[in-house]
Amino acid sequence: MSLTEIIGPVMVGPSSSHTAGAAKLGNIARRLWGKEIKEVEIYLRGSFADTYWGHGTDRALIGGLLGWHPDDIRIRNAFSFTNKSEMMYRFYYESIDGAHPNSVRFVIKSKLSTMEIVGASTGGGAILIQEIDGFNVDIDGELPTLIIFHKDKPGVVSSITTELFRMKLNIAEMNLKRKARGQDAMMVIEMDSKIETKTIENLKDIEHVYNKIYFLPPSREETI
Amino acid sequence: MRSFNEISDYMEKNGLDLVDSIISMETVKLDCTKEEVIRNMNNRLSDMKRSIREAAVNEWTPKIVPNDSLKMKKYLKKKDSLSGQIISKSSEIALLVSTFNASMGRIVAAPTAGSCGILPGILFSWEEHRQHKKEDLLEGLIIAAAVGQIIAERATLAGSEGGCQAECGAAAAMGAAALVWMECKKAEPCFQAVAICLKSIMGLVCDPVAGLVEVPCIKRNGSLVSIAVLSADMAMSGIQSTIPPDEVIDAMSMVGKAMHPSLKETGRGGVAVTKTGVNIAKNLLKNAPHLESK
Repeated sequence: MSLTEIIGPVMVGPSSSHTAGAAKLGNIARRLWGKEIKEVEIYLRGSFADTYWGHGTDRALIGGLLGWHPDDIRIRNAFSFTNKSEMMYRFYYESIDGAHPNSVRFVIKSKLSTMEIVGASTGGGAILIQEIDGFNVDIDGELPTLIIFHKDKPGVVSSITTELFRMKLNIAEMNLKRKARGQDAMMVIEMDSKIETKTIENLKDIEHVYNKIYFLPPSREETI
Repeated sequence: MRSFNEISDYMEKNGLDLVDSIISMETVKLDCTKEEVIRNMNNRLSDMKRSIREAAVNEWTPKIVPNDSLKMKKYLKKKDSLSGQIISKSSEIALLVSTFNASMGRIVAAPTAGSCGILPGILFSWEEHRQHKKEDLLEGLIIAAAVGQIIAERATLAGSEGGCQAECGAAAAMGAAALVWMECKKAEPCFQAVAICLKSIMGLVCDPVAGLVEVPCIKRNGSLVSIAVLSADMAMSGIQSTIPPDEVIDAMSMVGKAMHPSLKETGRGGVAVTKTGVNIAKNLLKNAPHLESK
C-alpha cells in the first residue's frame, strides 16, 4: 500500500466499505451508463442490506449514481438531490447464494435500453465490478475500461485490437468471455489511456460486434 | 515496506534519515518524484485539518451517541485534567473527528474510518502545545503512514480480519511513532514506541453495537490516544521493547487470526451483545426503513 492509501482515502463517513465503497460503486455504474440516470433499481445484498441504513450506504449509492465521488459532502443529503436530477430509484434487498457479503446489483433503465451491474465493496474503499449484463467480469475501475459485446466468431478480437492499435492505444489487460461457442460473447479491455467517442463508433462498425459497447472513462485525477 | 529492519538497512546504506528514507522508498515503489510524495502527504494533512474545522462548526448527532467532544472541551476549559494537556486535548479532537465520521462528515481514514480520530488528535494537540517547525507535522504524518504500511504488510489494518487492534491499535502505534519523531528526530525510539504501543493494545476486539462505527469506536478513539503518548514518552526515555517491533507486529497478526469471528467486526460479540447493546440494535432496526424484496 502507498503512503496515501494508509492515510486515506478522504471520504464521507462512517465506513470505508459501507459508505466510501458504496459511493464508488454507484459512481462506476453512472460512468459505465455514460449519461444521466433517469431510472434505477438497487438491490442490496448481504451486509449492505442488513446495515445500509446505519452506514448511509443508500445515500452513498445514490450520490455515486448522481456522479459524485466518495469525498463529496453532498452524500449526507443525497436524497434531496434526486428530485432535481429527476432520478427515480427504488431500493430492494435480495439474498443470493454465494454473493459477496457487501454487494449490490443495479438495474439502470431508459426507454431504449437496460444495463445490469453487480459490484462488491471489497474493503478500505476498494471495489470490484463482478457482473455486467449477465457476464462475469473482474473490473476494479482503476483503469479506463472498454466492454464490448459481440458474437463469438473468428477474427473479431483481431479486428478490435487492430483498431485500437491504429488509434495508438495500449492494452493493459484483456479478457474474453462467451456464453457458448458461436454465441454471445464479451470482451473486457483495460487500457492505459482514454478512448475517443469516434473510436467507439468505429468499433461498433466491425463485423459481429453488437451495437452495445460500454466504456468506463478514467476517474478524476486521483493522488497516488 | 516489509519491516522496520528494512528501513534501518536502507537508512544505513543510503546515509539518509528516517523521513528521507521513507520518501525515497516510496518514490521507487510508485515510480514518482519526491515532490509528488510530499505534495500528496501535505494534501492529506490539510484534509485532516479541514475535517477538524468542519467538525467544529456544527452540532453532530450520530445514531446512538451524543457529541461527547463538547463535554471534554468544556471540562478542559475549567479543569486542569489528570492526563495532562497533550493527552486530554488529543482526546477531545479524536472524539470530535470520530463523531463527525459517524455523522457522515468528511474525514481522512487514518488508517481506517473507524480509527480516523486518533492521528488528527495526536498531531494537532502536539502542534498546539509544543514548540515546532512548520514541517514537523508533515514529517510526523509520513512516519505514521510508514508504520501503517508495515502493519498492513505483516498483519492487517482491517477490523474484520484483525479486530480493533488492527484499526485503533494501529492508529495509536502510528501516532506514537509520529510523536517521537516530531520530538527528537531519532529513528530507533520511533520503532520502539510502535512496539511498546502495540503490545499494550494487542488482542483488542472489534465489537460494534448494531454494526455501526459508534459504540465503542468513538470513545476508543478518545482514549487510545493516551497509550500513544505514553508509549512515545517511554521510548524516548530509552526504554527498549524486549520483543523487536517487527516481531510484535507478527504476533499481532497471529492474534488477529486466532481471534474468534464474533470479535471481528461482526457485531456478534463483546459489548455488541450486552443487554444494552442488543437493545440499542433492536431499537435502531425498528427505525430503519423497511426494504422489500422483489
